[in-house]
Amino acid sequence: MQTVLEMVGISKSFPGVRALDKMSFDLYKGEVHALVGENGAGKSTLMKVLSGLYTADEGEVRLHGKKIESAGIRQMIDAGVSVIYQELNLIQHLSVAENIYLGREPRIAGLFIDWKKMYRDVEVLLKPFNVNIDPRAKIRSIGPALQQVVEIAKALSLNSDIIVMDEPTAPLTGNEVDRLFEMINSLKKTGVSIIYISHRLEELAHVADRVTVIRDGAMITTKRLDELDTEEIIRHMVGRQLTEQYPVMDIPAGDEVLRVEGLSRKGLCSDVSFSVRKGEIVGFTGLVGAGRTEIMQLIYGYLRKDSGKVFIEGKEADIRRPRDAVRRGIGLIPEERKKQGLVLGLSVFDNASLTVLSKFSSFGLLRKKRISDIVRDMVAKMEIKTPTLRQQVRFLSGGNQQKVVLSKWFVRDCKVYIFDEPTRGIDVGAKVEIYKLMQNLARQGAGVIMVSSELLEVMNMSDRLEVVFDGRIVKEFRKGAASSEEVMEYALGLHAGGGAGGDTAKQKPGDAQ
Amino acid sequence: MKINLRSILKNYGIVIAFLLICVLLAFLSPVFRTVNNFILILRQTSIYGIMAVGMTFVILTGGIDLSVGSVLALSGAICAGMLKSGLPIPLVILVTLGVGMGCGLFTGVSVTAGRITPFVVTLGMLTIARGLTLIYTKGYPISGFSPEFRFIGGGYFLEVPIPIIIFLAVVLLAWGVLTQTRLGRYIYAIGGNEETVKLSGINAGFFKAIAYVIVSVTAAISAIISTSRLNSGGPQAGVGYELDVIAAVVIGGTSLAGGRGSIWGTFIGALLIGVINNGMNLLGISPYFQQVVKGFIIIGAVLLDRLREEPS
Repeated sequence: MQTVLEMVGISKSFPGVRALDKMSFDLYKGEVHALVGENGAGKSTLMKVLSGLYTADEGEVRLHGKKIESAGIRQMIDAGVSVIYQELNLIQHLSVAENIYLGREPRIAGLFIDWKKMYRDVEVLLKPFNVNIDPRAKIRSIGPALQQVVEIAKALSLNSDIIVMDEPTAPLTGNEVDRLFEMINSLKKTGVSIIYISHRLEELAHVADRVTVIRDGAMITTKRLDELDTEEIIRHMVGRQLTEQYPVMDIPAGDEVLRVEGLSRKGLCSDVSFSVRKGEIVGFTGLVGAGRTEIMQLIYGYLRKDSGKVFIEGKEADIRRPRDAVRRGIGLIPEERKKQGLVLGLSVFDNASLTVLSKFSSFGLLRKKRISDIVRDMVAKMEIKTPTLRQQVRFLSGGNQQKVVLSKWFVRDCKVYIFDEPTRGIDVGAKVEIYKLMQNLARQGAGVIMVSSELLEVMNMSDRLEVVFDGRIVKEFRKGAASSEEVMEYALGLHAGGGAGGDTAKQKPGDAQ
Repeated sequence: MKINLRSILKNYGIVIAFLLICVLLAFLSPVFRTVNNFILILRQTSIYGIMAVGMTFVILTGGIDLSVGSVLALSGAICAGMLKSGLPIPLVILVTLGVGMGCGLFTGVSVTAGRITPFVVTLGMLTIARGLTLIYTKGYPISGFSPEFRFIGGGYFLEVPIPIIIFLAVVLLAWGVLTQTRLGRYIYAIGGNEETVKLSGINAGFFKAIAYVIVSVTAAISAIISTSRLNSGGPQAGVGYELDVIAAVVIGGTSLAGGRGSIWGTFIGALLIGVINNGMNLLGISPYFQQVVKGFIIIGAVLLDRLREEPS
């Protein structure tokens, strides 16, 4: 087998951190080599060394057996390395063709852009992908799946034979993921080598030939995929046996704490009714775009509802804005942690205390001692790893950031917690901690809602599971009452029936208009 | 060693720059290094320094207020008019502050409830307030007030000019508000990420509007001082002040994107501008050239501030 890339003994340090420690990695021609590791293990740093963004302190990079002397971004692109980042690097207001040929547009007389040739070339380039993309379309008008195709096409047009894909499936839905895998497999056949970074271990079986697990900046193991199983990979990632990924819990459910009746908003959801009892975890699953997040935001008052009622502990709650929801004891842990859950530039302390400042101030003046005690306690209890409370949250890892968001609500002692994709982008070890925290809340008598796309997770964690399709709850399952295939069938809308919410499994006596 | 130097530069860069400039000027000009000159600088600084303190609130939320100069003119003119008609001074002061508050309320509500960008709203307010001033004064200055009123801008307390005392009081009060109150913490949080603040159940719009009220009230305070000191309230008062005010805040390290900055930074920023104006005057450098230098200092300060953004 021909080796196209060798990275040998790569070390890279930042003040206070040794991000890569004599790391080694290689890549064969025409293979997909998966790179896995917890957040902060050093995956991105390694790829930044490969892309020329960082210079390694030690070690060498060899492409096709030749040592790379000065590795700038330009040199690595010329040498055939393309990196497709998680947050795609395309310019939203330019066309597909302009993005692909950015900076090297075909020109007439060296002056005017040869649009005709550019569009024609792009069409040729996109042909093997078998997708319907107009080279003239603006990037913002095409979905994330097609944007990824554009990135891949751009890499190919640069004659790259090594492509790095960082979490490529994160923004994609089920079908799109399958299409991407097909694409990767056909790229392989043309001799392109791919480094595939992903958190979703179950995907690896579909694409990867070899897997390298890294931990703490060092290579732990490189094996053929068929010599490894998921459990072993996870064990290597976390460095310990992960016996209880989904901690078991049996908490008797108490009185009803939240009831939603006939929640509707045109175009987002219709006639959604459900209830949550104290000590209960109610899961919400469905495909991306099914309306789960929107349902939660409607309950929370972040989106305005057309109709429907929300009851807290049996009393109707008039919730028009998040403020109202918070006042009634609802806390939302949003899907977009960095955009909606945190103020990244502020400290751990400021973020965690944001929701209680009004509670602990007299005439606007903060009772600092009191707040500080509460936050300090919470940060210790949550085992948030931060040098000090003054550390800006943007420097924390995903798992610790999520714990800061949770702290913000825990200090308020809410009655209902809505977790929207609480474990997204969080490494395996921290996930289990979040699960346990959710169960603790239930044990203390709170009602918990968990929205999640990870079927396995949401099925194992929730006492009841609501399946959402097309803005409606199409089915409710008790824990253990269904296989994941069954749940998926409902999520795909195979049992949805015709009318809006017509034959759903669970309908409260309809008082929605 | 290198890291240490960097972190010192990072946190105290502007203070160091300020001190270096002071030392340099003290070296070059014997007049500069007198106590009297220093008091002079502080007094000159106080008028726009007070507004810079208010402006810090707005810029921390991620906004901007271009209308401070005009609001100063409007409240100053109304103040002068009321004094001329013989109203008691305390009442005049209260109403003047009320005028400022009204202007701020208008811009604040337009920005929050009306969802118009602060740049546009306050650009509008800049013209509106200037126009109202011209209407009210019919284009002529209103001058000649009682010694009691002139004491505010020209008097001394224990040999310290009153404007300086007011300036320092405003700085201290603002520092207290920003660090010790709910409002202060919310202002930083709103500038950092307004969506998160709203989703945390906080009335972000209300607190953001307050920032605009605060800056306009500081403009009214400056108006009272300026009217008293010049013994005149005129339609041309405060023209172009917004530039020096914003410059002081930016030089002081407050990020125009919001969420990061401090009152002490603004204080130093305002003093730096005062020192440079004063120093260059003493050295006989042409005012035209002074503008150029000030411009470079603004850019240099932001460049210095960039060091903070980079992880060390």
